[in-house]
Amino acid sequence: MEEYLTDQLKTQEYFLNMGPQHPATHGVLRLLLKLDGEIIRNVDMDLGYIHRSIEKMCERDTYKQIIHLTDRLDYLSSHINNEAVCLLVEKALNIEVTDRIKVIRTMMDELTRISSHVLWWGVMGMDIGALTTFMYGFREREMINDIFEETCGARLTMNYNVIGGLRYDLHENFVKRVKDFIKHFKKKLPEYDKLLSNNVIFRKRLEGIGYISKEDAVAYGLNGPTARGSGVSCDIRKIHPYSAYDRVDFEEITFPEGDSYARYKVRIQEMHQSLSILEQLVDKIPEGEYKVKTKAVIKLPEGDYLQRVESARGDFGVYVKSDGQKFPYRVKFRSPGFANLTALNKMSEGLKIADLVAILSTIDIVVPDIDR
Amino acid sequence: MSYFSDIINGTKTLLTGMRITGKYFFVNLFTRKDVITRQYPDNIDTLKMFDRYRGEVIMLHNENNEHKCDACTLCEKACPNGSIEVIGDKKINPETGKNVRFLVKHIYHLEMCTMCGLCIEACPQNAIAWGQNYHNTAYDRSKLTKVLNKPGSKIVPGLKG
Repeated sequence: MEEYLTDQLKTQEYFLNMGPQHPATHGVLRLLLKLDGEIIRNVDMDLGYIHRSIEKMCERDTYKQIIHLTDRLDYLSSHINNEAVCLLVEKALNIEVTDRIKVIRTMMDELTRISSHVLWWGVMGMDIGALTTFMYGFREREMINDIFEETCGARLTMNYNVIGGLRYDLHENFVKRVKDFIKHFKKKLPEYDKLLSNNVIFRKRLEGIGYISKEDAVAYGLNGPTARGSGVSCDIRKIHPYSAYDRVDFEEITFPEGDSYARYKVRIQEMHQSLSILEQLVDKIPEGEYKVKTKAVIKLPEGDYLQRVESARGDFGVYVKSDGQKFPYRVKFRSPGFANLTALNKMSEGLKIADLVAILSTIDIVVPDIDR
Repeated sequence: MSYFSDIINGTKTLLTGMRITGKYFFVNLFTRKDVITRQYPDNIDTLKMFDRYRGEVIMLHNENNEHKCDACTLCEKACPNGSIEVIGDKKINPETGKNVRFLVKHIYHLEMCTMCGLCIEACPQNAIAWGQNYHNTAYDRSKLTKVLNKPGSKIVPGLKG
């Protein structure tokens, strides 16, 4: 009789669709979960729901026109993406930009990084179930958005970098607003720790969950804060300094634990570092031209070019193959989110669905960046 | 023992968090000092965008209903996605006797525009500029297709044409 019952009542693995329209997947991402009860056995990703063929579109655009498309990749670090294309073209044509441009670009990058991490922090809390953090995160983000809007003219798709410099000079209120923001954010960052980082429920949800070892992190090609949470040193700002990163003093944050909480701590500490970079530069913006004169029609010499920058999510790379025409022959964007997402299966092995949501949140994906 | 210390520790961290949210709640309830949310349709009269805000492309007209566009189509060529169509024509200028082009219609597809600003950068005459309008919703796609030169407008005398 017992044998008969265990034979009849045996559990069966089943499939469950998570997404494409699911609030916890941060966009149109479809996850195919193979479940045993509530325990995850396998995660498959189905991508391509918002594929816009941006790489192909770049082939019909001139180099100046490519820049506005990169805003639409990782929209939370659009400024950094713009910069990558500009740096690539400037490197290929040996255009030397002034110190003022370099410093302003670096400051804008760090503001973008903070605004991206602040949004991540808010959404992270919301994914775990703490709705308040979302409002607090957006309070700080609003200040940065105002800075961007006043100087660049837009809040999300800034499109402020152009080949050979910047579209406009800094607005006269910029320095004052950045100083206000630094003062404000310094007071609020400890609040983040009190509210979320030290909360028992929050820590129980993250500590030891979503573990990935240093070796696996390297093998999966993880980058950015996700890899640094596993102790991999991979900050492009340190390895290949661009713009003004060689003249500022900052630490590369790594934590060896490799779990979700380590990845959380990396991002929180990175906000402190970004703030310190801003503090170092805000009083030392050099005088000079905000735009270097370039040719009206930009043609890259024949050859392959690569530029890597550290976006808020990790190593963002632009690869251009040129055949000497005014249009690129082939453009490839190396997006950090795509590499990070591939490790999701490894991280969520044997965990529950609620943990998957937490892991997805600590990877910090932006789906347009993955699909392009 | 760790069972009780867990409970004490848990209550403590919860209260720390609730003190922060509680502080904001009560301070803002009575003083409204830190309230940052604004009720959007109610503040429409006071809501002003920054000067550089990229809302839409407009054509600048002076008080005599004159613009600076001579239909050179540089903006049309600079646009990455064909949001601008410049329709020009040619006529003989009676004073100089030269065949010059003039603007008939400057069609702007706001529904396709990505606000990249390349057209404004390309314009040699500074005839077009950014407008700060942000009310861009419409029920019909065709309502967003605009003709930028006002009816009956002419080019500023003295410029080409």
